[in-house]
Amino acid sequence: MDNAIVATHPHTHETAIAAEHEHVVLPQHRHHFETQEQQREAATFGMWLFLLTEIMFFGGLFFAYLLYRNWYHDAFVVSSNQLSIPLGAANTAILITSGFFMALGVWAAEVKKQGLLVLFLVLTTVFGVAFLGIKAVEYHEKWEKHHIPGASFDVSQFTNPQAYGLHEKPLAPDMAQKTQIFFFLYFAMTGMHAFHMVLGIGLLFWLTWRARRGEFSAGYVAPIENFGLYWHFVDIVWLFLFPLLYLINRHPGS
Amino acid sequence: MSATSYTIVNLPDQRTATLPKRSYLNNEDGLLSWLFTGDHKRIAILYLISITFFFFIGGAFAGLIRLELLTPQPDLVASDTYNKFFSMHGIIMIFLFLVPSVPATLGNFLIPIMIGAKDLAFPKVNLLSWYLYWIGGLFTLAALVLGGVDTGWTFTTPLSTHYLNTHVVTAATGVFIIGFSSIFTGLNFIVTIHRMRAPGMTWFRMPLFCWSNYAASVLMVLGTPVLAITLVLVALERLVGIGVFDPTKGGDPLLFQHLFWFYSHPAVYIMILPGMGVISEVISTFSRKRVFGYTAVAFSSVAIALFGFFVWAHHMFIMGVSNYSALVFSLLTMLVAVPSAIKIFNWAFTLQKGSITFETPMLYAFGFLGLFTIGGMTGVFLGALGMDIHLTETYFIVAHFHFVMVGGMLMAFLAGIHFWWPKMTGRMYPESLSKLAAVTTFIGFNLTFLPQFILGYLGMPRRYHAYPPEFQVLNVLSTAGATVLGVGYMLPLLYLAWSLKYGAIAGNNPWQATGLEWQIQSPPLTENFIETPIVDHEAYDYEWLAHKTAQEVTTVG
Amino acid sequence: MHISPVLWQFLVKWLNASALFPREASTIAPYADALYFFLLLITVVGLTLVGVLIFGFSIRYRKEKHPVAIQVEGSTLLEATWTIIPLALFLIVFVWGALLYFRIYNPPTNAMNIYVVGKQWMWKAEHPGGQHEINALHVPTGRPVQLTMISQDVFHSFSIPDFRVKREVIPGRYSTVWFQATTPGTYHIFCTQYCGTNHSQMIGEVTVLTPSDYDKWTQESTSGMSLAQNGERLFASMGCNSCHSGSAAARGPNLAGVYGSKLQLTSGSQVLVNDAYLRDAILNPSQHVTAGYAPIMPTYQGQISEDGLIDLVEYIKSMQSNYRVQQTLTTSTSNQAAPTTPGVVKP
Repeated sequence: MDNAIVATHPHTHETAIAAEHEHVVLPQHRHHFETQEQQREAATFGMWLFLLTEIMFFGGLFFAYLLYRNWYHDAFVVSSNQLSIPLGAANTAILITSGFFMALGVWAAEVKKQGLLVLFLVLTTVFGVAFLGIKAVEYHEKWEKHHIPGASFDVSQFTNPQAYGLHEKPLAPDMAQKTQIFFFLYFAMTGMHAFHMVLGIGLLFWLTWRARRGEFSAGYVAPIENFGLYWHFVDIVWLFLFPLLYLINRHPGS
Repeated sequence: MSATSYTIVNLPDQRTATLPKRSYLNNEDGLLSWLFTGDHKRIAILYLISITFFFFIGGAFAGLIRLELLTPQPDLVASDTYNKFFSMHGIIMIFLFLVPSVPATLGNFLIPIMIGAKDLAFPKVNLLSWYLYWIGGLFTLAALVLGGVDTGWTFTTPLSTHYLNTHVVTAATGVFIIGFSSIFTGLNFIVTIHRMRAPGMTWFRMPLFCWSNYAASVLMVLGTPVLAITLVLVALERLVGIGVFDPTKGGDPLLFQHLFWFYSHPAVYIMILPGMGVISEVISTFSRKRVFGYTAVAFSSVAIALFGFFVWAHHMFIMGVSNYSALVFSLLTMLVAVPSAIKIFNWAFTLQKGSITFETPMLYAFGFLGLFTIGGMTGVFLGALGMDIHLTETYFIVAHFHFVMVGGMLMAFLAGIHFWWPKMTGRMYPESLSKLAAVTTFIGFNLTFLPQFILGYLGMPRRYHAYPPEFQVLNVLSTAGATVLGVGYMLPLLYLAWSLKYGAIAGNNPWQATGLEWQIQSPPLTENFIETPIVDHEAYDYEWLAHKTAQEVTTVG
Repeated sequence: MHISPVLWQFLVKWLNASALFPREASTIAPYADALYFFLLLITVVGLTLVGVLIFGFSIRYRKEKHPVAIQVEGSTLLEATWTIIPLALFLIVFVWGALLYFRIYNPPTNAMNIYVVGKQWMWKAEHPGGQHEINALHVPTGRPVQLTMISQDVFHSFSIPDFRVKREVIPGRYSTVWFQATTPGTYHIFCTQYCGTNHSQMIGEVTVLTPSDYDKWTQESTSGMSLAQNGERLFASMGCNSCHSGSAAARGPNLAGVYGSKLQLTSGSQVLVNDAYLRDAILNPSQHVTAGYAPIMPTYQGQISEDGLIDLVEYIKSMQSNYRVQQTLTTSTSNQAAPTTPGVVKP
């Protein structure tokens, strides 16, 4: 996203370039790139590499999850059942829809339809915000039930589920303590994910504003494309988080 | 330049020579033109000043450590203070000096020029890297000024999460941010090398310096994020109190070790690989020969990067990992040692049938060859499981990593600074003084760290404030050496600064080296090349160079 | 060892006298030193080789003597040579080191056990007979000694350089190391894992005694109660005996003779009942439920110190019958003072 700057000084060597390529030299062409193609490919490559670093970053959390789910399976099962499947599934659908609109936005930029591009970016944002809204509802629910790890964490729902109307096996006290680890991982992983979504939504506001000014409907689509990659990556992380956190040991009718 | 002279240095006639009228240094004026630059060369200079600043802070801590260790008693400072000394020394030297040293200064400056490009792929990201470096550095300095952190650079849990009330989160945040500086530098290099090579510059025509930095960049990009998330978990455990590493809450302190070393082992290869790239360039130039076994050296860089990801638990052999996993990691550690050995022999054989001169960069390179061999071989000591039991956590480890990092990497860095100083500044430094500094550094280094191998086998533990009196003689020798070493490092600071105003004008190619950077003016233009070069020769092609030189018309006056 | 023992002893003693080399005071030390000397040898040979090449080439091909360089591409043969030979040497080192490692970390079955608890910033050694030592360890020559170690707080590491043994001391689980001392004398104990302010004060001394002197020492320094006896008291006072009474209808499984046996758990897996298992079962009972029993055992996490856990483990290890369990059960439920213990249990 750093190559989206309007060049201010004249070129001295595009004649060779123009002869080789058909498209006009765009105002966003950076001088250290020989051709527009090179700039576009470099930007996309850079984004893919950045996403690779993000995979490694989330990877640490996934590894911790792997370890503790293996050690404390019973606690993980019971804690996972506390998460709301309807809300989680709704969020999954919302995020996929958001990703769908983003993909449409990339198409709109490529075919130079400014109005559609702005519309799709706005829809992407709206669905992204909806996702975060539902997440906030879920977090609030956890707060009320004292399932946020730390001093106020309360295991009574796990040691004595009947009292709360839950159809779970009661956990022994030492295993019940381990539910705190599940919830920590839940908040850490979804929280890190939400953080990336907040950053993404911020970028979406910026991109929408620029799209309205027509910056992306004249052939310069790299920022939209590369943001699209980022947004789809955030989507894919959620597609892993949802089953791993919400769907442990779920059976039909439970 | 006669056949019997002892040097290949070829400077222009000093009576008439001047610096070029226009270069990246005077292209634009004013502090803001530097602070908001996108020019990779200016960013490299900004980095050079920054890491030098932090190097001397880290070095001051080293001096204080050695001062305390002159006597067996803990009599200079309180134990908590001493623990902060070695923690700050480690954090600053590793994250604020060694990791960015060659890549962010020499790599930033040279890689685009070496491949025939006008800049790195993402100049703004490059500038961002430098700002992140400083923000992280400021957090680290804040931790220092507010009272210091005493976790050791390894932030071992549960000590760092539950048993210390120093500024752990501040320091961890600093390291986290510096990590992203490193990631963005690596990302920039990878995209640049893949996508921006000039016409004719194939992968196997690139200077080996580019190969080494490429391999290190892959490590930066893949490894550093794991350190980032590990530090986040440590901070969360401190702040919120969940037990992800706390055994009383069901957590596993060994999980931290795995996550931490998964980055921190590749980190040592991030630190050494760019230095190895420098050595390739220096040895080639001062033997007037292509590097022996170019392909082997190039692939060995990649092999080190690859294998380097699979050996992290050799830092954990005695920590209760299963005997069988210990076997696997020991075997892989032996494998990762082989490519380094290959490089040493290839460099040695580059000298054969060459025409060798002994300017300062070459002296540093020779120092590297000897000291890195020792350091690397002592790594094999540590990779041997049964031997590691006795040697780990002692001064043997301290000696080992200082041999590879200081005797290896820092010497390579100094070799590179001296080698490319004329290119970056247009000026030459005084040769006799620089040779003196190189020799002083070498002697001081050996005196400081060889006794530590002996101390390690005797059993003296690392990170000890006080020690049994029978270890004193060796400690005194080590401190004496450190004093000499300090002098050796101060000298370049002084004469290099002096050379900026009073040094001889260097001209384009004072070393008569191959490489695209030596075919342009010193200091280079902002855009590096007036015309995009078209490369039709191999790396280290001295015949091409001789041909080109013969064809150049010498200017009048 | 293929080197003359006389030469070996001379070398080691001479180095030791010059304060350059530690003493060899355990059975494994000479083996560790042999590997060390081999590694030193290949390092010196390798360094010499590299040095000869560099200095030789530098002198022979210096500019004054060789003004024109001859370009050489490379040599596959040389590459293969200096790949294969180092690899072979390193693999030899790997095998040798692995064998040594397995020797140091696999104790013989007849090893006597001493517990070590590390905490900031001291070492507590607890002999089964009840002798407690702080920053000290008395052991006999000629007998293998296993240390079962755990930390009460952070990572520590227990190191006896003259024995060439060292092991991390970890919070939350036992780690072990063993040695057999050969020579009476005193030797350093160090904590080698940085553990906070007084890390360098966490040092002590191993005192190696001849077997007769050791026996004398154990008799003189016993506090009267062995670890197992302490464990018996804890077993009653914490209420363990109410469920683990050993009767047929007891709520908890019988513990007499369980140590060293293979146990079937409700999860279907089979485990070997060792020190670590016992400790873990007390702290995390729901993951260690014996097959056929309900998961009703409460956790004692936070209620017993590591010392107490060691006492309990020792007690259960020594439990051969439930006679005394029944006895103490009667007294604890009847609210009367415990009767004097008939016949002190000697270590």
